[in-house]
Amino acid sequence: MRHILVPLYAIIIFLVLWELLVWVNDWPNYKMASPSDIWPAFWKFKFLFFQYGWDTLWRTVVGLFIAVLCGVFLGMIMGFSKVLREAIYPLLVGFNAIPKATVVPIIALMFVGQHDLNTVLIAFMISFFPIAVSVSIGLSTLEPEYRDILRSLGASKSLIFWKIALPKTLPEFFGALKVAVTLAFIGTNLMEIVSPHGRGLGALFDSGKTNSDYPLMFAVLIALALLGIGLYYVVVVLEKIFAGWAERSTD
Amino acid sequence: MSLNVKKDAIIIKDVTHTYKTETGLLPVIKNLTMNIPENGFTAVVGPSGCGKSTLTKLISGLLQPDKGEVYLSGEKITTPRPTVGMAFQNPVLLEWRSIIKNVMLPLEIVPNKLNLQQKEQRAKQLLSLVGLEGFEEKRPSELSGGMRQRASLCRALVHKPKVLILDEPFGALDAFTREDLWKVMHNLRKEEPFTGILITHDLRESIFLADEVIVLSGRPASKQFFVKVPKSKTPKLDSLYTSKSIDMLKTLRKQIEIAQSQQEQNK
Repeated sequence: MRHILVPLYAIIIFLVLWELLVWVNDWPNYKMASPSDIWPAFWKFKFLFFQYGWDTLWRTVVGLFIAVLCGVFLGMIMGFSKVLREAIYPLLVGFNAIPKATVVPIIALMFVGQHDLNTVLIAFMISFFPIAVSVSIGLSTLEPEYRDILRSLGASKSLIFWKIALPKTLPEFFGALKVAVTLAFIGTNLMEIVSPHGRGLGALFDSGKTNSDYPLMFAVLIALALLGIGLYYVVVVLEKIFAGWAERSTD
Repeated sequence: MSLNVKKDAIIIKDVTHTYKTETGLLPVIKNLTMNIPENGFTAVVGPSGCGKSTLTKLISGLLQPDKGEVYLSGEKITTPRPTVGMAFQNPVLLEWRSIIKNVMLPLEIVPNKLNLQQKEQRAKQLLSLVGLEGFEEKRPSELSGGMRQRASLCRALVHKPKVLILDEPFGALDAFTREDLWKVMHNLRKEEPFTGILITHDLRESIFLADEVIVLSGRPASKQFFVKVPKSKTPKLDSLYTSKSIDMLKTLRKQIEIAQSQQEQNK
């Protein structure tokens, strides 16, 4: 029960302080909307919120899913072959160093009008890097004795991967996935904001801006935060199931 | 020394091995010949970095010698084979598995006809032999270093290997835990016959556990000295403090010093 109550209280206190801050300074809603402005803004567009929220969610999840596939694949290549790691790593780092906001217009022009594809693509591009790096580090730092234990019994390479390398990498993988989830969200919204006809919460945010509906913009931010929290905790639950052993018991 | 292919479980015949490093060739073992009879237990001591761990890799088939041959039970070794069990200084238990599942790991790799229940029974039998009864479902992180090493020994023996290779298995343990594990080793040898080779830095350990102690020369390693250790049926730690044992330890110590100074010179 405490697990739910403590964070809940914290959220309530945060909202109250926010409301007070706006009220004390007597800010108009175009400067900063208060929590009491946000609920009506949400209610007015509640159907759009659910519809577009769903768009944002599935695009993020699909982008993330592709990022996991590609990231794990690249990580495996780099983890197992030193030569390929040396070849791919600088490319990866360079690619990751490019701010994705600058890639957004390029992708938007490359696939004009294909909003779903564009958005998924950016979500994927922004989030696969930490996964690839963590998997490759997890695999390449596997102590040789672990491999020798199985190799001395005549185990094949793939058997060593399934029995030892893969499970041993899972904690690192989930650590990276938590980072990647948040990144994928950023990617999705970057793209949605520049594609006003492309639906998604980013597009709703943009329409709030064009129509000077400031409470709507803040309501979108809150909706994004809620979606982000939800996805993050899905990853936490998956981590508990698949890599719970890595957590040391405190007692 | 005569090599008896039928009788000797481990034969190392005129083996030479050289590593290729960035600075050139590094000869680690040179013309090494030794043999261990069936159910014998030999300790190998020598200066640090003299090639002892390379020797274990050659016996297990993880490495191929540049020259010479290794035979296990009369068979020439060219690849790793399931008749070998290994334990290292690091117990390398898999954190995501319970202790019993860790011990059962080799049975998932080595071809065998045991069903799951029989595998569990086999693992349990070994665990109780080393004093880990009741710890079957614990995670490795919940066990002490000595207990983890006990579990690692069980894993090395679970598939009834003919040859047990121990690469400094007790090196990281404190002195009293180490002595406890020596007793466990004697117990295991009685209940689970195997031919063993023990790499160690501990001279007391070598004469307490092994039937024969071989001193390797400095790198490149070859056989410099060996001594047979008479064994009573029930070895006691007290036996390490008799004048006979102390003389033997002194001799071995002297030989190690010779090997060390030789390795220094070869640098």
